[in-house]
Amino acid sequence: MIIKGKVWKFRDNIDTDVIIPARYLNTSDPTELALHCMEDYDPQFTKKISRGDIIVAGKNFGCGSSREHAPIALKAAGLSCIIAQSFARIFFRNAINIGLPIFESEEIVDQCTEGELLEIDTVKGTIKNLSTNKVYRTDLLPEFIQKLISVGGLREYVKEEVKRRNNRNV
Amino acid sequence: MGKTMVEKILSAHTDTDNFKIGDIINVRVDFAFANDITAPLAIKYFKESGAKEVFDRKKIGLIPDHFAPNKDIKSAEQCKLLREFAQEYKIENYFEVGKMGIEHVLLPEKGLILPGDVVVGADSHTDTSGALGAFAIGVGSTDLAAIMALGEVWLKVPSTIKFIYSGKLNKWVSGKDLILYTISKIGVDGANYQVMEFSGEVIKRLSMDNRFTMCNMAVEAGAKTAIIEPDQITLEYLQGRATRPYQLYKSDPEAFYEKVIEFEVSKIEPQVAFPHLPENAKPISEVGYIKIDQSIIGSCTNGRIEDLRIAAEVLKGQQVYPEVRLIIIPATQDIYLQALREGLIDLFVSAGAAVSTPTCGPCLGGYMGILAKGERAISTTNRNFVGRMGHPESEVYLSSPAVAAASAVAGRIVSPEEVK
Repeated sequence: MIIKGKVWKFRDNIDTDVIIPARYLNTSDPTELALHCMEDYDPQFTKKISRGDIIVAGKNFGCGSSREHAPIALKAAGLSCIIAQSFARIFFRNAINIGLPIFESEEIVDQCTEGELLEIDTVKGTIKNLSTNKVYRTDLLPEFIQKLISVGGLREYVKEEVKRRNNRNV
Repeated sequence: MGKTMVEKILSAHTDTDNFKIGDIINVRVDFAFANDITAPLAIKYFKESGAKEVFDRKKIGLIPDHFAPNKDIKSAEQCKLLREFAQEYKIENYFEVGKMGIEHVLLPEKGLILPGDVVVGADSHTDTSGALGAFAIGVGSTDLAAIMALGEVWLKVPSTIKFIYSGKLNKWVSGKDLILYTISKIGVDGANYQVMEFSGEVIKRLSMDNRFTMCNMAVEAGAKTAIIEPDQITLEYLQGRATRPYQLYKSDPEAFYEKVIEFEVSKIEPQVAFPHLPENAKPISEVGYIKIDQSIIGSCTNGRIEDLRIAAEVLKGQQVYPEVRLIIIPATQDIYLQALREGLIDLFVSAGAAVSTPTCGPCLGGYMGILAKGERAISTTNRNFVGRMGHPESEVYLSSPAVAAASAVAGRIVSPEEVK
């Protein structure tokens, strides 16, 4: 898969309260959550971004609560993927489970600026900065997780497994 | 080669032989739970999975605690989803308002989480139960739906950092101060993906309530979870609570640790974590003049009976500062009742504090104590992120119950020494 989009830069330790404040967690509707994505960081954020844009952040992106509403809000707001120096572990799981692509890269975070255009090749594990023509490597996800994604995410995997177990019990 | 406690627990719950750190394995789950924020999505995905029933009706907990008692119509709808799902699928451990409490305090209290268990909760503070010697991790809603259907979870085998605390704790220094101090030393991603194993003579002497507080905040250092070796104090806590048999594990002396970090505690003062990260802890003597508008004592971190007793010790014979709102929230109904019997609630109300029924409420900016623009709170909760307790331009300072109570009396952040 090729992902292409414009960069929005964020600092270290972007927490889930900033991604989607808890006061909006009385719903799990993606469209409604998307309206408030990053609101306490920049109230105009969702108005500024275009579909397919990319967040490039420092370390520990998504730290804090386990709310799956955070990757859901980012995805529903139109962001195509998140690149960070590192991710907090629950956010990492949640993003994979809901199908929001995430990539770790030390270098690109330091070497790209807001507004530049990136192109990510998820099969080759490369990130190209189309504005500077520099290419960076990103680690491919572990085999098991790739398999999970290839069947359509954890929800699809569970459906298959439930079916398999139901048949076994017949 | 020896094994850590966590490796032994995982071995007992997986069919994969000879796994190593970093491997992804499937693990059987002993107890899984969710709250009114995370359960609605999990329920939706569970129903879509085609599963006819949950993997085990006794091993699932549903606890409306975050925005319950219902804070608004939408929250009421979310809580209703849990209630109806629990009825439809005959979930045994659904806790209604009036019987409920904050999940991470309630479940160990009811003997539903036990040493040696693999526990998965759809809430980041699931790590709290590591204090019992369980392997307890937080996940999101989709993972929880998968567990409700299949009874197992995939996870990456984590490495462990061992923390050894030695020396003697000063007066007013608690588990909360130790964990704030520890996070300030290693940073908010200092244990990312790893397990924090707390050990040493200080931990051996620490009460269960303080152990829960320490493990609770491991996630604030990015940890997958925390764990403490079960001992006599653990067994005494379990007496009369445990709902099923359990297994005690200990780490081998020759187990592999990613790092070993030692702290001598005798110079540690009460800690205050400044906005907007839990790693910004300073000793109380370096805090300076910080006026407060509100003080919160409660949450899954510090809403237990010992926390309330310490608050009462500080508040005894005192009045809450005229311009401060002190809100005290016992974490469960049992704790509330115990506090009532000990006369603590009387003391709190007489001192000018508001006492609430159990709820997560203000900790995550839900309700029951939201901050206005420019307001400042001292709080025994676990996070001080931007906007965590209300307006994006409000501030949260994290501390122990002793410091939060003393500050409520003084109207600014102070050591308990200053009001006693």
